[in-house]
Amino acid sequence: MLNPLSHPGAGKPPMFGDYEAQRHWQEITFNLPIKQWYFNSSDNNLQYWGLDYPPLTAYHSLLCAYVAKFINPDWIALHTSRGYESQAHKLFMRTTVLIADLLIYIPAVVLYCCCLKEISTKKKVANALCILLYPGLILIDYGHFHLGFALWGVLGVSCDWDLLGSLAFCLAINYKQMELYHSLPFFCFLLGKCFKKGLKGKGFVLLIKLACTVVASFILCWLPFCTEREQTLQVLRRLFPVDRGLFEDKVANIWCSFSIFLKIKEILPHHFQIIISFCFTFLSLLPACVKLTLQPSSKGFRFTLVSCALSFFLFSFQVHEKSILLVSLPVCLVLSEIPFMSTWFLLVSTFSMLPLLLKDELLMPLVVTTIAFFIACATSFSIFEKTSEEELQLKSFSLSVRKYLPCFTFLSRIIQYLFLISVITMVLLTLITVTLDPPQKLPDLFSVLVCFVSCLHFLFFLVYFNIIIMWDSKSGRNQKKIN
Amino acid sequence: MAALGIAMGGGNWFSALALGVTLLKCLLIPTYHSTDFEVHRNWLAITHSLPVSQWYYEATSEWTLDYPPFFAWFEYALSHVAKYFDQEMLNVRNLNYSSSRTLLFQRFSVIFTDALFVYAVHECCKCIDGKKAGKELTEKPKFILSVLLLWNFGLLIVDHIHFQYNGFLFGLMLLSIARLFQKRHMEGAFLFAVLLHFKHIYLYVAPAYGVYLLRSYCFTANKPDGSIRWNSFSFVRVISLGLIVFLVSALSLGPFLALNQLPQVLSRLFPFKRGLCHAYWAPNFWALYNALDKVLSIIGLELKLLDPNKIPKASMTSGLVQQFQHTVLPSVTPLATLICTLIAILPSVFCLWFKPQGPRGFLRCLILCALSSFLFGWHVHEKAILLAVLPMSLLSVGKAGDASIFLILTTTGHYSLFPLLFTAPEKKNLFLIGWKLSTSLAWGLWKSSVNLYSLSPPGS
Repeated sequence: MLNPLSHPGAGKPPMFGDYEAQRHWQEITFNLPIKQWYFNSSDNNLQYWGLDYPPLTAYHSLLCAYVAKFINPDWIALHTSRGYESQAHKLFMRTTVLIADLLIYIPAVVLYCCCLKEISTKKKVANALCILLYPGLILIDYGHFHLGFALWGVLGVSCDWDLLGSLAFCLAINYKQMELYHSLPFFCFLLGKCFKKGLKGKGFVLLIKLACTVVASFILCWLPFCTEREQTLQVLRRLFPVDRGLFEDKVANIWCSFSIFLKIKEILPHHFQIIISFCFTFLSLLPACVKLTLQPSSKGFRFTLVSCALSFFLFSFQVHEKSILLVSLPVCLVLSEIPFMSTWFLLVSTFSMLPLLLKDELLMPLVVTTIAFFIACATSFSIFEKTSEEELQLKSFSLSVRKYLPCFTFLSRIIQYLFLISVITMVLLTLITVTLDPPQKLPDLFSVLVCFVSCLHFLFFLVYFNIIIMWDSKSGRNQKKIN
Repeated sequence: MAALGIAMGGGNWFSALALGVTLLKCLLIPTYHSTDFEVHRNWLAITHSLPVSQWYYEATSEWTLDYPPFFAWFEYALSHVAKYFDQEMLNVRNLNYSSSRTLLFQRFSVIFTDALFVYAVHECCKCIDGKKAGKELTEKPKFILSVLLLWNFGLLIVDHIHFQYNGFLFGLMLLSIARLFQKRHMEGAFLFAVLLHFKHIYLYVAPAYGVYLLRSYCFTANKPDGSIRWNSFSFVRVISLGLIVFLVSALSLGPFLALNQLPQVLSRLFPFKRGLCHAYWAPNFWALYNALDKVLSIIGLELKLLDPNKIPKASMTSGLVQQFQHTVLPSVTPLATLICTLIAILPSVFCLWFKPQGPRGFLRCLILCALSSFLFGWHVHEKAILLAVLPMSLLSVGKAGDASIFLILTTTGHYSLFPLLFTAPEKKNLFLIGWKLSTSLAWGLWKSSVNLYSLSPPGS
């Protein structure tokens, strides 16, 4: 509902990078035959915003290119339209994004909130409003297609429309390969459902059906690229640039934060970097996924989505700052269950993108949308009253701890103080970054600080979400059964 | 923590609405602004750098000071804050100066002065009888009125995009209306007098005030059948009202009277040389008149009834501010427009005098005065439609019939403001916002009118 509002405010900076990338993809997909889209050639210079998303993005760009050709062919003329920028073109690009959001993302959010049970209509509307007000998605305002499809996938799978859900999710993966962050929970949840239904009967049938759906949707999307092995390999090489190293730029990631103390990128050999990142990622998400497979539940599914995505974000390689949105989306889904922690997380995730947003001169919209979001959440969910142990879903955990440490009674108090410190730190860091100039010897000081602080927060949240998943017992689930 | 929670979540929807719209205004800061931005920057410069005696004579820029003295003093006060933002904007010679700090300062000054508007809306909500409402928050008249006024789409376009200071001026007007509703007539009169000396466009509604105060305040009682009781005339009240108006005017025009500049001030305030219609036609009667004249002249040329050499070349649609003659129909003089306006407001003023219905009747008369002046006035701006739309919001939450009239008025009024937005992105985005707001408005009003139909007896 508020996406159009960000456009006048955020519309000022040219956003040369990604904006030009999207325009260039329209140019490439329209003018060149499919076989050349992912290959380096004289017409298609892969160094200049080469296509590095799966085929569905390319098809979408092609569709937009047809519309662009109808309005003004100059926008997508091969070679000559590089760096093209005009008011009309900006309007066109923003409109395509808006339409995509209106058609896919927003209905998914609305439908999701309608399907929440045991909540009054007013709270459902408030929930939808808060999710739509999330600053991260408003400010990074191009292409939420994949998030929309992923959301439809979650909706489908939670409501027992497994085939449709998995189809939607396959489309999401084929749109942006980062959706693979969410793939494991989907896989484990559906596998768990099959096991529950009994592997000798209905479960096996379901498994076969799901497998067929997934394979069929992948083949459908990759059809033009399946003909030659070289094609497929090239696309995969573009999608997963393993040569690029553990991380680029500053991201609120373990590796980037660790490299403050120890320059991993330079010490360890390339292959080793990939292996350890792989290992850490899978070790951190293994417990939650195993639990989900053994005890599939909708609530467990959502929380596992969060923790898996967060594990990937923290430990995977070549993570971009914007990938935090892949974690924020599942957190938005659990907003109604743990409002306090979710709001806190969403504020931190917006803060972690501060250097990126400042580069795009989005300070004023950032401040305004963050304040609006915070106030919307605070009033809709009365988050400050819901900080007891029970509300934070930590009751069973603290009971177990109290068996060994009887004095462990002040968990919620600690968390409240941590929240206060966290908010003060974030506000201070924002003020410092905006007003002061960094010292000459350390030009990146402020962005590194932002990343480091965010990374600490994310580690804390990773632990927290994993605790919720592992200590989530059946009795706890029956108390608040939301589908 | 709990205290903060109570403060935030206490269900204080009014603060939420006010804060929400303020945040929206902040998002509108970098949008397109019109030449009015330069106008106000120029006035900041004039009032800051020049002595009072020069204010109404200064003409370096084409945007000369043409608001009454109180507004000039307001700009003077603002300029003292402006110098901390950007000293350069206060230089009279810096024409079209608009650094980012200047933009920030000016936009924030509008947002800040809107606080008066918020206060006025709060007071107006107190005057609404909310006992007949439903249980849901969105059905309460106070809530609907707050949304209609605080989130008024036209005001957002005119003030925060096109750039003007209408927010606090309308705040003054709504506050004076609220005071009259609350039977605090002296305050209402004082506020209106002050308002007139801020922006003299409010003269459009001065007859309503004058007649109402005379009839319902100076005559303290009515005969049983509602007609006037001449012996209840209170000299004290008349004199006190007169004194208020006199003192306010003295404070405003006094310095210029002392400097013998009154004719110059008046010529600046009432520039009749500017032509019948503004550069972009306000959708009033004279626009239709002009169009008819144009059509007739084209027909006349086709049928060879008119001599092409005798037709003046100046085009009315050129976007220029100038005087010109009509070709077929008789030309319109300022006096003619005045007479038409007076004739148009006569019925409502008569009603207000002979059959006073308390503050509601006054409000109705006010709206009709505003609309009549809009339709028949000389050199009317499109923005003047807000003078009718905002008070109409107050009426619309009271009666179902008013609500339906209001819906038509506000939709057409806001639609007619679209030409103020030049650039395509603003048009697209505000079209979206406007569409969303008007559909939710329609829904809200429909719901409330359904309530009112079911609760109020017919014919009331």
